[in-house]
Amino acid sequence: MSLVTNLDLRKTAMKWLIASLITLSVSAIGMVELFGERFVITGLFTMAQVMFLGPTAVFAYRAVQETPQAQKWLGLLKALLIGLGVGLVMMALVWLSQNIDIRSVFINISPKLINILTFNGSGSLTLLLAMVGAGLAGGVLALVPTKLRTALLVGGGTTILTGLLSEILAERLRSLFGAQVSNAIFASKALQLVPAIVLFVLITAFVYFRSTGHIKPANIRLPAGRERLVLTALISGFLLVLPMLLGSYLTEVTNNIGLFFLMGLGLNIVVGLAGLLDLGYVAFFAIGAYTMAALTSTGPLGLADMSFWVALPICVAVAAVAGFILGMPVLRMRGDYLAIVTLGFGEIIRILALSDLMKPYIGGAQGILNIPKPMVGELSLIRPEQMYYVILIGVAVAMFMSVRVRESQIGRRWMAMREDEDVAEAMGINLVSTKLLAFTIGAGFSGLAGAIFASKLGSIFPHSFNLLISINVLSLIIVGGLGSIPGTLVGAIILVGLPELLREFAEFRWLAYGVLLVTMMLSRPEGFIPSETIRRELHSGDEAEQAG
Amino acid sequence: MRDRLAKLNWIDLFLWVARAAIVLVILVGTVKTLINNPYTLRNWEDFIIFGIAQGSMYALIAIGYTLVYGVLQMINFAHGEFFMSGIFASTAAVAIPLSRAGYLESHPVPSLLLIALSSIVVSVLISLLTERIAYRPLRHAPRLMPLITAIGASFFWQYYFRGLFGAQAIPFPTIPQLAGSVPFLHTQVLKPHILVIFVTFVVLVALNFFISSTRPGKAIRAVAENKDVAALMGIDVDRTISLTFATGAAMAGVAGMLYALVFQQVHFFMGFIPGIKAFTAAVLGGIGSIPGAAVGGLFLGLFESLGPSLFLQSLGIPAFNQLKDVIAFTMLVLVLIFRPQGIVGERLKEKKA
Repeated sequence: MSLVTNLDLRKTAMKWLIASLITLSVSAIGMVELFGERFVITGLFTMAQVMFLGPTAVFAYRAVQETPQAQKWLGLLKALLIGLGVGLVMMALVWLSQNIDIRSVFINISPKLINILTFNGSGSLTLLLAMVGAGLAGGVLALVPTKLRTALLVGGGTTILTGLLSEILAERLRSLFGAQVSNAIFASKALQLVPAIVLFVLITAFVYFRSTGHIKPANIRLPAGRERLVLTALISGFLLVLPMLLGSYLTEVTNNIGLFFLMGLGLNIVVGLAGLLDLGYVAFFAIGAYTMAALTSTGPLGLADMSFWVALPICVAVAAVAGFILGMPVLRMRGDYLAIVTLGFGEIIRILALSDLMKPYIGGAQGILNIPKPMVGELSLIRPEQMYYVILIGVAVAMFMSVRVRESQIGRRWMAMREDEDVAEAMGINLVSTKLLAFTIGAGFSGLAGAIFASKLGSIFPHSFNLLISINVLSLIIVGGLGSIPGTLVGAIILVGLPELLREFAEFRWLAYGVLLVTMMLSRPEGFIPSETIRRELHSGDEAEQAG
Repeated sequence: MRDRLAKLNWIDLFLWVARAAIVLVILVGTVKTLINNPYTLRNWEDFIIFGIAQGSMYALIAIGYTLVYGVLQMINFAHGEFFMSGIFASTAAVAIPLSRAGYLESHPVPSLLLIALSSIVVSVLISLLTERIAYRPLRHAPRLMPLITAIGASFFWQYYFRGLFGAQAIPFPTIPQLAGSVPFLHTQVLKPHILVIFVTFVVLVALNFFISSTRPGKAIRAVAENKDVAALMGIDVDRTISLTFATGAAMAGVAGMLYALVFQQVHFFMGFIPGIKAFTAAVLGGIGSIPGAAVGGLFLGLFESLGPSLFLQSLGIPAFNQLKDVIAFTMLVLVLIFRPQGIVGERLKEKKA
């Protein structure tokens, strides 16, 4: 009896249920199968295994953590039960798929998936044992002292990430240090076993001894008063040589990150600073791109045969004016209505771009072709390494403007308005001009990104400008941290860079964004790299609650 | 006079000009069409019947928006996904197997009931999960936050169901008894359209009874009026909010089945556009009001069905039917800008709605 009460069956059962549902889901929607070929350590384990064993480990870990200190061994029993329970559920799935035709309904429950789940067909008992093992591993991890646990997690995470990015890292190592170095560490698409262990041990040890104080960060002395200057010089130097280190493919990825970062900076002003949730942000990106296309294209739809550099400011101006005009009617609208109206605007523009009505001007579904690349003197910037510098300049200008605007009186007006429109108005802030300014500047940034995008691609189609772009930009500023510029960069690197580097992930990026948006709002609404004001504001309630 | 002119600021001026321009476009187009009259009476009757059928579905979906808005004052952005999930799952897991077994053809009524039931159950389950995970923890958070989780939930469910049942559109099995049409006035009405209008009517009557005369319905109304007082009266607010979501999702589940019967196919992205349009309908009717949602849905359906032929064609717009969605979205934008309290609905008590 006391064992049953101590086991906290209700809570444990709940954890079992959630872990089972998640494991079933990642299997049934095809994630496991998709990652089945992606070895983290070659020949040893794949990302698929991380995915279907992971949830059990996490929930077992939490079960142990919730158990009182004195009964830790009982906690391990819970972890074991959770592992056993999830294992049985998955065994049932394997059994079902072998005896009933569930594939005709759930298209992703394929023989290949079953093969992965049963560890290359070595039977469902192996699956059960693995699940129990995962549960116990999660449970044991909860018993390890905090510092060591953090170190182990960081080490494990880094090793897995390195393993996932093997293909690209190996290619880079090969071209920078030669094939021998690369082959010593990486097999064709994954880490070799020994380097993986070395990497794991090194990083774990480093993080652990760093936290215990055995390793102290090197104390580099910068010339007094010049820290900022030195730092800026270092970063700029690094950014200037970056394409040479990255190679063509990674530079292309960096360029995409740059464009999304540019849009993120603009949306950050609208959503992060001014608090106006704009879901039709892609419209300004499209307007910038179409303006660039119409002004510079050498095809039949080109109007002016301008050069990229002449057209660029015009594109920004056109997008900004569009932002101003679309901003006007929505000024008096409250947050959630604003989101829907801007979404409506975005859709209207997309449908119009696709329609026969606008076809004589912007090409309908065929889009506009033959957009020339930017020229510097006689040199056409065709390669991604060359385009990189155009984007870098754009990003630098936009960042500079963002920072200056945020620190200025306008920035403070935006933030005041975000907090409370009525109070802001009472303080003498003109809501109309303040909101319009946010829309206009934000749209200008997006137009800039669109213009560069059009020139980079050489041809544009209405399909490139759908709602998903708006959602992508919104996700990256939320994940990075609303109102935070470094946060936006980190968000862009994670949300744009990762799917491009991991093709398997790209398939599920929207699913992952959905999960990210929800979990970020629930657990870290201020984002990974929060802006100081937002963080204070979101947590002011906590302190008040504690005090009261 | 001069004072009044001075007070009129340029934003208002802009809005008035925009309003006048749109009214002008509609008027000129309509008058031109009516003078030329390229359509027969039969065409107009077809448009109207299709509009009513389409509007019935909007009305059913709109009820979900309006109920949740009435209780929580939030736009449940993921509601379109509740609509999609039910019928998408039910088609893949119930309708197709039934059709393969030949049962759908031999026993259409119990089969349709089973499909409707499974669609409702899935929609309700998805709505309860979403509410519990994504909305409930943020009930007292700033307004922007539940809206963002709603967008996240919406994308999550879309791609989750895409993963479960595939990215391809699944054809909804044809039911021989529902093929063909029935003569009515000067035209022929498709049988699925009759079913849609009939089912919507029955469901709306049942909903009205549920909301106005049963205890749970009264609880929903009490919570919509004032959560704190309702709690003091012994109403479990959390459960009532869940019930509200479930009721709205059940309506969406029914709408999903009707949609599949009319359009004959389902896919993972099918919730997005009807979702936004139904939201438009809810706002048109005055969000928060249930009869408003029904009226708004019908109005939007009719407007959308008649609009392209009534005033777009005679303006010389090529392929005017492509712009059908533009009409709905323009309507959405206009209503939210000019009459957020709705055309037929009661005024919102809150300022700045």
